[in-house]
Amino acid sequence: MTSTASPALSRRFFLAGSAAAAGGLALGFDLSGAPAAAQGAAPATPEVNAWVVVRPDETVVIRIARSEMGQGTLTGLAQLVAEELGCDWSKVTTEYPTPGQNLARGRVWGDFSTGGSRGIRESYVAVRQGGAAARTMLVAAAAQEWGVPAGECRVEKGVISHPSSGRSTTFGKVAAAAGRMEPPKDVALKDPKDWIIAGKPVQRLDTVEKTDGSQVYGIDLKLPGMLNAAIRDCPVVGGTVKSVDASAVEKMPGVRKVVRVGDSAVAVVADTFWRAKTAVDALPVVWDEGPNAKVSSETIAAMLKEGLDAPDAFVGNKAGDAAAALKGAAKVVEATYAYPFQNHATMEPMNATARWTPERCEVWTPTQNGEAALAAAAEAAGLSPRQCDVTKIHLGGGFGRRGATHDWVRQAVLIARELPGTPVKLIWTREEDMTHGRYHPVTQCRMRAALDESGNLTGLHMRISGQSILAGILPGRLASDGKDPVTFQGLNPGGAEAAIGYTIPNLLIDHAMRNPPIVPGFWRGVNTNPNAIYLECFLDEVAHAAGQDPLAFRRKLMAKHPKHLGVLNAVAERIGWETSKPPAGVHRGIAQIMGFGSYVAAAAEVSVSDDGKIKVHRIVAATDPGVAINPQQIEAQVAGSFVYGLSAALYGECTVKDGRIEQTNFDSYPVLRLDEMPAVEAILMPSGGFIGGVGEPTIAVAAPAVLNAVFAATGKRVRQIPASRTDLKRA
Amino acid sequence: MIRLNVNGSVREVEAEPDTPLLWVIREQVGLTGTKYGCGIAQCGACTVHLDGQAVRSCSLPVSSIEPGQKIVTIEGLSPDRSHPVQKAWAELDVPQCGFCQSGMIMAAAALLAQKPKPSEAEIRQEITNICRCGTYNRVLAGINLAAQGGETGRG
Ligand code: FES
Ligand code: FES
Repeated sequence: MTSTASPALSRRFFLAGSAAAAGGLALGFDLSGAPAAAQGAAPATPEVNAWVVVRPDETVVIRIARSEMGQGTLTGLAQLVAEELGCDWSKVTTEYPTPGQNLARGRVWGDFSTGGSRGIRESYVAVRQGGAAARTMLVAAAAQEWGVPAGECRVEKGVISHPSSGRSTTFGKVAAAAGRMEPPKDVALKDPKDWIIAGKPVQRLDTVEKTDGSQVYGIDLKLPGMLNAAIRDCPVVGGTVKSVDASAVEKMPGVRKVVRVGDSAVAVVADTFWRAKTAVDALPVVWDEGPNAKVSSETIAAMLKEGLDAPDAFVGNKAGDAAAALKGAAKVVEATYAYPFQNHATMEPMNATARWTPERCEVWTPTQNGEAALAAAAEAAGLSPRQCDVTKIHLGGGFGRRGATHDWVRQAVLIARELPGTPVKLIWTREEDMTHGRYHPVTQCRMRAALDESGNLTGLHMRISGQSILAGILPGRLASDGKDPVTFQGLNPGGAEAAIGYTIPNLLIDHAMRNPPIVPGFWRGVNTNPNAIYLECFLDEVAHAAGQDPLAFRRKLMAKHPKHLGVLNAVAERIGWETSKPPAGVHRGIAQIMGFGSYVAAAAEVSVSDDGKIKVHRIVAATDPGVAINPQQIEAQVAGSFVYGLSAALYGECTVKDGRIEQTNFDSYPVLRLDEMPAVEAILMPSGGFIGGVGEPTIAVAAPAVLNAVFAATGKRVRQIPASRTDLKRA
Repeated sequence: MIRLNVNGSVREVEAEPDTPLLWVIREQVGLTGTKYGCGIAQCGACTVHLDGQAVRSCSLPVSSIEPGQKIVTIEGLSPDRSHPVQKAWAELDVPQCGFCQSGMIMAAAALLAQKPKPSEAEIRQEITNICRCGTYNRVLAGINLAAQGGETGRG
């Protein structure tokens, strides 16, 4: 696959990267730009263009730059390419180009990053153009062979025909010639209303391998001569290794080497992972716990609490004079909310396999951002990115953990440097994964609302205090004044990404940035999660304080926000907010937000038992993503997002003691299971004219819809996540 | 030397007696369809069949396996993905990332072997595997579909 990879490794890449391509053929190019066949590498079929290879047997290989982590992006992107290409969908298979190839070819595939629900929407135009250009070249090749104008040819399901002469051929027969044609400068794209593959609920391309154990994940990778590593990083962030007694474990079965990994970690390399793990567990390590050894949840909460009243804060959204409105209010409603650290807890723990020599470094890893993984690998390898490459493998879950930072890749490469030429696979234990996450940022929020005599909302001050993701992991992306715009997701005054859905005459939303040392990360839903809870639960409080129905109260503020209102009305109507009573003992809540370019709302039906246990019976969720690429996959994403969102709302919390994360596994970090899973009804209402993401937005409305229903059921407000912290027992 | 009957063939493996069956299956036997998710019997990603019962192989020392006990992994569930659960999974596109799904399928198959027509409440009670992608509702639908398929098959 890469220019130095052995055929065996190339083949493995295909097994891992593209299940349906398990037959294994190399791409038609290598890093030097010369056809791979000319290099005597694996048998190659020349590409039509960067996106499309058609093999002589008519198999259409579509190249996918973004990562598949369960969200269906692979299938959705292939649908878009195939739609413009005009191929036979049943002949489609996929493969990942490597970030090294992208680098060598001037980023012909664009951005590899797969986060922020961007996998499809930001590739939406480029991949269709790629498919259309390939079709144009295939037709041009056939037309040239026949000596007819290309404009007279037709394409259907991979067959090119020239009706007036009765001639026809197939993509596979002209693919080689097509690859030599001049790429078209402009291509016209189909109108989505004419789509026959895209926009349809086709089945995923990657399902069957996930039903018989043959899908290869990062932890499953096997390379000739490979060794395995297990690691222990200092449990306190910022701490280092003071000393380690390697001799205590060097004689244990299978152990090959004890390795220091940077300043803060130790690893054992052994023949099997289990032996490496057994030895690293037994390894005597003395830590220098560093400056954060005394940090606890309590010290962090106090730090954030101070920010709630601090005079200085970054302004995210401002209209009128909120302070004056509060001063002159007939009634002021006030409440303080809090959101904890949470671990992504991907089902597959972090892992990477690396092989290092002084000239070259190769990495195989599940990553949401191959290019960032390549940069991390090159830096750890002490080589230039052009001497390195990363082979992406389907992810056993991503949720944001495997995107912005590649701490595990760095570790794997540093370990591999100690054994030049030997591939080493590093797997984190669940315990390592739980305690060395990139956690959902911790914030508190003070909400203050001004109501006039007739119960109208005249002013709102929303003060967020707490952690900035960008400051923690991507400080270069902070605004020039230090503001983190990501903090205000779902609260922006306007824009196509995450605008607030209410018009409030006097509004101030500001952020007192307080950054504890626990490293934050992008966590599926990101800051729409806390922001939706803060705003939507509080508006519910304000509506009740004003003696108004929460839906009617919101509607009055939404006249200028028809798309937000559209999804809210849709869930209200479906659940019967104004037309039916819920079953006895069951209560309803409602919420909406805009995030990741899509408008979403949820309505929940919930009961709370006498002993305070929350049961979610039913959730109705509406999404307006503008355009829908695969409705059945969107339904799966929406249902799945509620599992993620409800796990977070009900149970998700990582606490800190003595500088350490206290939760170490699923016994202390509970998540939703099948017994608690509610029925989910997904309403998909694409209104056209834009394209939003679908992997994340609905997570944010899970918690506020449910918590508002909990209030309806109990009269108690849950203002601290997770809800398990609030005593909901009936008095 | 430990003798194990895995998917119908007898394998001799070299491993410390306290090595979890999971890691023997993955590393010594070389079948990686069975996954590691927690190592403490919490998540079910490592579920295999031991004499037809679903067990969490991460928490079974290999030395606890009696000679003659039959281990079946996801690779051995059917020769050609023809088990009703596998077929139902493919039909409904149950997997998302898929990492939990070997365990889900093995747990579902064991449940149906014992109780060909489980009620929804029984399915919710018995299938305690964790799926972080949130495929639970399709898992539920998949088990129901497989249960129907099973009946048709017997008819
Ligand atoms: S790995 Fe065995 S139950 Fe989680
Ligand atoms: S499908 Fe991803 S964890 Fe279940």
